[in-house]
Amino acid sequence: MPSSSLALDGLIEITLTVNGESVTGRADARTHLVDFLRREFGLTGSHLGCEQGVCGACTVRLDGRIVRGCLIYAVQAAGRRVETIEGLSDSGEIADLQAAFHERNALQCGYCTPGMLLTAAELLAMRPNAGRAEIRRFLSGNFCRCTGYQAIVDAVDATAKRRQVARR
Amino acid sequence: MSGSAADGVPASPLSYLDRPNSYIGRSVARPNARRLLAGQGQYVGDIVLARMLHVAFYRSPHAHARIGRIDVAAAAASREVVWVVTGADILGICKPWVGVLGHLKGMKSAPQPALALDRVFAQGEPIVAVVARSQAAAEDAVQKIAVDFEALPPLTEPEAALAEGAPVLHPELGDNLAFERRIEVGAVDAAFAAAAAVVEDTFDFARQTGVTLEPRGIVADYRAADGRLTLYQSSQAPHMMRALMARQFGLPESDIRVVAPDIGGSFGIKIHCYPDEMATVALAILLKRPVKFVADRLESFVSDIHARGHRVRGRMAVDAEGRILAFVADALTGVGPYSAYPRTSAVEANQVINLIGGPYVFPAYRARARVAFQNKVVMSQYRAVGHPIACTVTEALIDRAAAALGLDPAEMRRRNLIKDDAYPVTSAVGLKFEGLSHHRALAKMLEMMDYEALRAEQAALRARGIHRGIGLASFIEITNPSPAFYGAGGAPIAAQDGCAIRLDPEGGLTLQASVGEQGQGTETVLAQIAASVFDVPLARVRVVTGDTDTTPQGGDNWASRAAGIAGEATLQATKALKANVLEIAGALLQMPPARLDIRDGKVVEAASGAARFDLAEIARMVYFRTDALPEGVKPELMATRHYVPRGYPFAFTNGVQASYLEVDTATGAVTLLKHWVVEDCGTVINPLLVAEQLRGGIVQGIGGALYEECVYDEQGQMQNANMADYLVPMAAEMPDIEIGHVAGTPTAESELGAKGTGEAGVAAAPAAVLNAVNDALRPFAARVTAQPMTPECILRALGKLPSRRGAAGPAFG
Repeated sequence: MPSSSLALDGLIEITLTVNGESVTGRADARTHLVDFLRREFGLTGSHLGCEQGVCGACTVRLDGRIVRGCLIYAVQAAGRRVETIEGLSDSGEIADLQAAFHERNALQCGYCTPGMLLTAAELLAMRPNAGRAEIRRFLSGNFCRCTGYQAIVDAVDATAKRRQVARR
Repeated sequence: MSGSAADGVPASPLSYLDRPNSYIGRSVARPNARRLLAGQGQYVGDIVLARMLHVAFYRSPHAHARIGRIDVAAAAASREVVWVVTGADILGICKPWVGVLGHLKGMKSAPQPALALDRVFAQGEPIVAVVARSQAAAEDAVQKIAVDFEALPPLTEPEAALAEGAPVLHPELGDNLAFERRIEVGAVDAAFAAAAAVVEDTFDFARQTGVTLEPRGIVADYRAADGRLTLYQSSQAPHMMRALMARQFGLPESDIRVVAPDIGGSFGIKIHCYPDEMATVALAILLKRPVKFVADRLESFVSDIHARGHRVRGRMAVDAEGRILAFVADALTGVGPYSAYPRTSAVEANQVINLIGGPYVFPAYRARARVAFQNKVVMSQYRAVGHPIACTVTEALIDRAAAALGLDPAEMRRRNLIKDDAYPVTSAVGLKFEGLSHHRALAKMLEMMDYEALRAEQAALRARGIHRGIGLASFIEITNPSPAFYGAGGAPIAAQDGCAIRLDPEGGLTLQASVGEQGQGTETVLAQIAASVFDVPLARVRVVTGDTDTTPQGGDNWASRAAGIAGEATLQATKALKANVLEIAGALLQMPPARLDIRDGKVVEAASGAARFDLAEIARMVYFRTDALPEGVKPELMATRHYVPRGYPFAFTNGVQASYLEVDTATGAVTLLKHWVVEDCGTVINPLLVAEQLRGGIVQGIGGALYEECVYDEQGQMQNANMADYLVPMAAEMPDIEIGHVAGTPTAESELGAKGTGEAGVAAAPAAVLNAVNDALRPFAARVTAQPMTPECILRALGKLPSRRGAAGPAFG
């Protein structure tokens, strides 16, 4: 069965895996992924900040890698695997990172936070020995207006170090 | 200070501030941050109501134009469109408003409509509203609207707007001067005549905007059946909004409920009344259905208020020892075509001339602030209103005077800062300082940054052609505003705050407070106060804010007032509740309440510490077994208290910031190496939250210093109205920020002693960075006096690009 099909009203039926669950939703061809996730499945943890790929608030995972949810069309996700902050929270995958953010007050208003967490999680997975300068560079596509970033860098750095210790 | 016996609370050997279980002064994590970390926050954009419609706006593409025919036929015929509305359609229920305050003498503004009527005065002004069943459908239909405009010449520059013979934007006002204020204190001319040195510069501060990551948004829900209007609004000020909406739409205030859910950043942007939000409310009332408006980023840039946008000519006279004899300041700003409602657009300029010279002793001051109308987006209050402008002008002149006299900048400050033992002090301008710690803060700063070693490093590197600069900036910060502010000007903005606290049946506390949470940690701080006074674990305190139906009437969040004002209300309410509980316990135990106390969640005998009741036992008895209470006991397990500071107009805080940076003189690029801040905000309730307010504020301040500018062309078109072109600070460019503490100066006005801390970071960061840049440029006899200090700006200062400033600053003083 194809994972997307054109319905009579011009909406496209899209089947994909979201946070481990196979789901089907409908969207215009022009609907971007984050609008689709928010409207069709109530996954409002991914936020809209700029809708031009600059701020990072809509960051989600597509087939295991982070993407800007506003730069991917919903139809492009058909048949693929999407993970959002809700999925990562429920699975406990980033519980240590979330705890470090909490402890260090690495969030204020929380609007950038889901995107920031997904970005940081990817860095920690790809470059487990990243230092502060590399953390700053990797996070520099995610805008935070509240914290001034240092607490976020501290939280990611602390998580990296704790994971290094745990691996030994 | 612990509660006195007169309050019914026993005198404890330790105050609640230092009882063993006190949370005051402890860096506890914010309990309400957990849901945000899990993506379970609820922002306005997430709210979906039954039968909800969406509105999108056709906005003016012109900065100034007469509106001709508006053709909405195609839009109205579009799929899923419910209604297309022009200004005249909603004028009946939504009259234009005027953003003036009575205590700003002579201030004027024109009536501002929700949807423009016959003329538009700024790019982005809403003209037509399209209501549809989806946001996409509404936005599609907006594209089909055709408006005939007769373009008019835009008046963009404030100088031009105030020039003799300038066209008047609102003819009924007579001219384009929204507000003017002058200050004249002491013998200014004599001071300059006697000066050993006079320094002078004209400083330009670009327009900036807040760029809250969550754009503005509102869901308006009017239920005709019972006449109730509920607004879910991304707002810092639900209580103010409720009062304004009652006035605007002629509804009883008690029929209006304003809910501020999770707020994705505010910083003063979400405290004003915006035409698009007013129109949304009007549409919901007319349609009797919920209507949602969420700005997209492109319209945020041309509809959120802008701020700063000042040109200030500053002069300073000093004697041969470096003592300041006088300041002169002339501030000019353009605030768009209307003064913002209800806080006006005159407050920033007013604060600039209030705050110049703030940390220092000086006997003479002359100042003028002028606020002009122009054809740009409306400007109004944004975080640290006026502070960064006043601080930069002051601190840059201090550094120039130090250089003129051959003094070290730190020594220059030492000679002029108000002495730590001089308080209370009334400044030349009339600012009343209860207690500040400038000298302790400066000494701590110099030690923390190892000033001497840094100077030595700077000199060594300079010899190798590496140009680093060190910038200092002392500052004062306005917090805890008193009733002398907006309320006195006629705006329904409270200076008092309230807290209602109750003991729940299982022994926990529920606290309802009139201030809100935008991520700064208000709810945590209030919970810490209640938990400390009542002596229960923090986890047993639940805080409710952001809903006018369920919280006491109060002043909302602005000017760093939540901890200091609502914190004191919380303290007093908790003390009252504790007294009530001990009275009930005393009656049950047949003991005087004064011999009882609450410790670690239990009622104990004060002397021995022996536990007598769990709080849950008392609560359950009161709620469910009242029959078992002794005769005559009238249990009251909810207490409410309000607080307003009356003794001082503001609780000023103080501090000092320092910046260390490197300038690449070939490219004009600035690399920030390190930043420091020492601040005294009185009683510190949560050091972690104070530190993060400071860090976040500093980076916002750095944004203004180095990157942020609403770039306009001569036609009044904003050229960078999107997030890719409007530069904000990102993680890679920002320095680590070190924070130092001094023995503080708690305000004696309240038992809590807390002052605010939300403005301090923004207040002095631009000044510290500007002084550091100019320190780096010193060998080239170059200096920068404009912000943002872009590479281009620095190359101009170095003479590597032609200078841009043509005309001299305004002639004054």
